[in-house]
Amino acid sequence: MFEFNFDTQPKNTFDTNEVYDFLVIGGGPAGLNASLYAYRLGMKTGIVTYVIGGQLKNTNDVDNYMGLPNDSGSGLTQKFINHIQQFQIPILEDVYVTKVEKLDELFHVYLDNSHIVKAKTVLLATGSVPKKLGIPGEQMLNAKGISYCAICDAPFFKDKHVVVAGGGNSAVESALDLANWAKKVTVIQRSNFRADKILLEQMYANDKIEYMIQTKIIEIHGKTQVEGLTILDNKTNQTSYFKADGLFVAIGMLPNTAYVNDLVELNVYNEVLVNHQQETSVKGLYAAGDMVDQPHKQIIIAAAEGAKAALNANQYLKYKGE
Amino acid sequence: MKQLLTPDVTQQIKEVLKMMENPIQVILFTKPDCDTCQPTLQLLEEVSILNDTITFVERSLTDDKAEADAYGVSYAPTFVILDQNGNFKNFRFNGIPAGHEINSLITALIDSSSTKPFFDEKTLKRLEKVDKDINIKVFVTLSCPHCPGAVSNAFRLAMTNPNITADAFEAQTFNELSMKYNVSGVPKIIINDQYEFLGNQPIDAFLAEIEKVK
Repeated sequence: MFEFNFDTQPKNTFDTNEVYDFLVIGGGPAGLNASLYAYRLGMKTGIVTYVIGGQLKNTNDVDNYMGLPNDSGSGLTQKFINHIQQFQIPILEDVYVTKVEKLDELFHVYLDNSHIVKAKTVLLATGSVPKKLGIPGEQMLNAKGISYCAICDAPFFKDKHVVVAGGGNSAVESALDLANWAKKVTVIQRSNFRADKILLEQMYANDKIEYMIQTKIIEIHGKTQVEGLTILDNKTNQTSYFKADGLFVAIGMLPNTAYVNDLVELNVYNEVLVNHQQETSVKGLYAAGDMVDQPHKQIIIAAAEGAKAALNANQYLKYKGE
Repeated sequence: MKQLLTPDVTQQIKEVLKMMENPIQVILFTKPDCDTCQPTLQLLEEVSILNDTITFVERSLTDDKAEADAYGVSYAPTFVILDQNGNFKNFRFNGIPAGHEINSLITALIDSSSTKPFFDEKTLKRLEKVDKDINIKVFVTLSCPHCPGAVSNAFRLAMTNPNITADAFEAQTFNELSMKYNVSGVPKIIINDQYEFLGNQPIDAFLAEIEKVK
């Protein structure tokens, strides 16, 4: 009960009138690591974000970040923040970016508080949001037994039977989190599991967790709360009713790219296209982390991409003679 | 009695509380047969001694009913905050502010001691026009990393406009209330028991729902 994860920190004042050498949009691992590298390179660096930590905070256990084993998402975020706080990098929190424009070689970053921040180079690192199933019942029963955040909402399913939709690391981690509260957890995956072997072994060893592969959820039922699902067995093509008190959806993520839709090239999944230097289709504009077109959405990869973006932005400004 | 705050967290809180501007008083209402009252009392005692600007007192929900009524307190444990002039800051935290909710507690302490506006001019103008009585309920769990943001938004709205009150409810302590309001996802925000939304939404989302109240 007293696992404190303290994240209120004194912040250096962010000056919206400053012209930044490198402005980071987003406060997840990609953005935070980029700001660390940019600051050390001597670039005037700032971060604008709605929250610090991003998707990382939705993770209970992180055991694949080199050098920092057996941590929590919040714990790792805290370590990242402590590191960049040493350099007093200015952070503007509680803001959303509504648009980015390039005018006369300067990027104009429009904030939802009506301010415009200018920068010579910009990093897009706004991550992604959970993907929805897009099936009947999902919208109506959202927050009425359907959840996209297992660590947030697991306590409401004490001694209940819940289903997790998905087969990747997030889905299996959600199932393991939920097994601490629920009476029974059933993981339903439309194809085969894609999660890491180490996580799958934990799931198989957990008596509370059952699983069904090659099975698709096609409808969610309930009046005021989730009561059950219609599922389709891919092998037999038979549908059946599956009784459940809750549904946790962990089927992947959608990139947060709406504010740059008209500015940069995106792929069919709306991910930002970048080259090996993390450059987007716009000179001086970089992207990193879960929003870019690489398939492995990992904390360490996001952080590394942030570092690459900062290093390349520094080269870009030097090449331009700045 | 074993200290709840680790030396590391104690140091962090002490550092952050240097942002306190003016004296405040924290009042915790407790009652007998309450599992979370004792740990909440201990937690608030441990936090309050970390900065000289904070005075902490315990009150009984039943024996000090007049005082509880004055602040609209009807549950325990519930804490409220008074500013340096003894003015109630218009919000109540119901439950234990542990886990991620330590952030809600610390932010509430610092905000209550501040005289600076919490919002930009555009938001303040919009907020000035709220002339109906508004109550904002925010349901949270201790394991929810997004919840303190929603609690802070609700508390800051209550501190800015006297027509607004805000209540944070820690859902595990107030399980029956959570069921009454059909809460199965957090943070869940309910305006005047009529309008609701989910998630750590920007302040505009709060205002949009508040402005629906006729």
